[in-house]
Amino acid sequence: MQYMLLIYENEARKLSPAEQGQLMNEYMTFTQDIVKAGKFKAGDPLEPTSTATTVHVRNGKTVTTDGPFAETKEQLGGYYLVEAKDLDEAVAIAARIPAARTGSVEVRPIRKMNM
Amino acid sequence: MAPLELERLYREEFGRIIAILIRLLGDFELAEEAAQDAFATAVEHWPREGTPRNPRAWIVGTARHKAIDRIRRESRFDHKREELLRETLLNNGAGDAMDSDSSVPDERLRLIFTCCHPALAVEAQIALSLRTLCGLTTEEIARAFLVPVATMAQRLVRARRKIIAARIPYEVPSDDILPERLEAVLAVVYLVFNEGYAATHGDSLVRADLCVEAVRLARILCELIPSSSEGRGLLALTLLHDARRDARISASGELVLLEDQDRTKWNRAQIQEGLELVDCALRDAPAGPYALQAAIAAVHSRASRPADTDWRQIAALYGYLMRLRPSPVVELNRAVAVAMAEGVERGLQLIEAIAARGELAEYYLLFAARGDLLRRLERWYEAAKDYRAALRLVTAEPERRFLARRLAEVQAHLRGGPG
Repeated sequence: MQYMLLIYENEARKLSPAEQGQLMNEYMTFTQDIVKAGKFKAGDPLEPTSTATTVHVRNGKTVTTDGPFAETKEQLGGYYLVEAKDLDEAVAIAARIPAARTGSVEVRPIRKMNM
Repeated sequence: MAPLELERLYREEFGRIIAILIRLLGDFELAEEAAQDAFATAVEHWPREGTPRNPRAWIVGTARHKAIDRIRRESRFDHKREELLRETLLNNGAGDAMDSDSSVPDERLRLIFTCCHPALAVEAQIALSLRTLCGLTTEEIARAFLVPVATMAQRLVRARRKIIAARIPYEVPSDDILPERLEAVLAVVYLVFNEGYAATHGDSLVRADLCVEAVRLARILCELIPSSSEGRGLLALTLLHDARRDARISASGELVLLEDQDRTKWNRAQIQEGLELVDCALRDAPAGPYALQAAIAAVHSRASRPADTDWRQIAALYGYLMRLRPSPVVELNRAVAVAMAEGVERGLQLIEAIAARGELAEYYLLFAARGDLLRRLERWYEAAKDYRAALRLVTAEPERRFLARRLAEVQAHLRGGPG
């Protein structure tokens, strides 16, 4: 069963170059681990919310606004799509994401559509 | 079988039956619906055709057949259900073996841990545990927590849906996380008991039915996890508190304080069982918070008259509890015990210290306790202030009436002379 792990962090956190380097290493290690374990389906960091554009179509008119969907204390910064046998396993994987220690990770099951 | 007996079967067996069905059908909602259908059928058929030799097996078998029928009907439109049907039919052989009396003891344990999974909101954990393990109806649970039936029904539906949609596993947690998960389960049972013992809202202070269910759940846990000394502690705690049930409310529904209770109304058999469990739980060093709270209740239970109460021991036990689970409420309780053991002034000092820190500023019992101590010291004006503050915060009717009476007594003194 697949789960989406949505990573929320405070973008404004200031990290020194050394801290940033360490964080990157942690993410690489984590990703490699779950790839090896066959759990990784997809995953990417996202560019910050300053690059976001929000799209609405109302009455046939496309409206775009600058910025993320909502202003929040923590912002969506990345995601992983993982394979796990149940929620407990998905939660265990999410807990290993570095952002879980400083931000939050939302765990959402993928709805399987019968196409 | 008389209707009352069928109801007893329903109450006592519902948890076991649901647990088996979830195992067979792999679906919480389906199991619940099927069990309900099967019991409804039993109500119709058994009076006419007589009680089957193995009622539980009959219910499980009937429920399984009804579930398979339902899946068959729906599977034409739903591939997931079709998959479920295939799996269920495969289980047919295994199902018969499970219907016998030697059913797997694990099943209810799985069920408890699933109902109390941290991914569910605490109020959902409570509702689901009462529904599936104790067989309380949705109406009964709604009444107990004073929410509309539709709200409670939705809460249960959402919880079951989440279990399925998020695939919350139906299993006993592995050893490494079992202790913290068990703690969550015990907390749910404690909350249920608390609500029954001193209901937060409404006219009835004591909801005996909730107390009974909490004791039942605690018993199941002790039975299924004999190694848990906190489980024993919680069972002891609930038994000892519940033993006083008949003495706590007067015939007219008024609150009776511990010191005024008719101790002949206390349930001695329950107390005896509770005391044995406390001794057992305290032997397993170190004592946990439930065991300590049970020990405090035990000290009260051992006193045949209020004057015989060993308040020093109670104060000491609250001291240990403070070290284990520091909280202003525990500190308040300790202050009251100290007032009884070492003198009112000393207790008052401790309560003032809590208030000075700004803690418990919205907790009616802080004001009620301080008001009581001030009353004993005949500091009428200050006592009245505290009783008024308590009245602004109290929610349960019987407690409100009690506090109002105290305020009136104190105000009478302010006007110069009692009465």
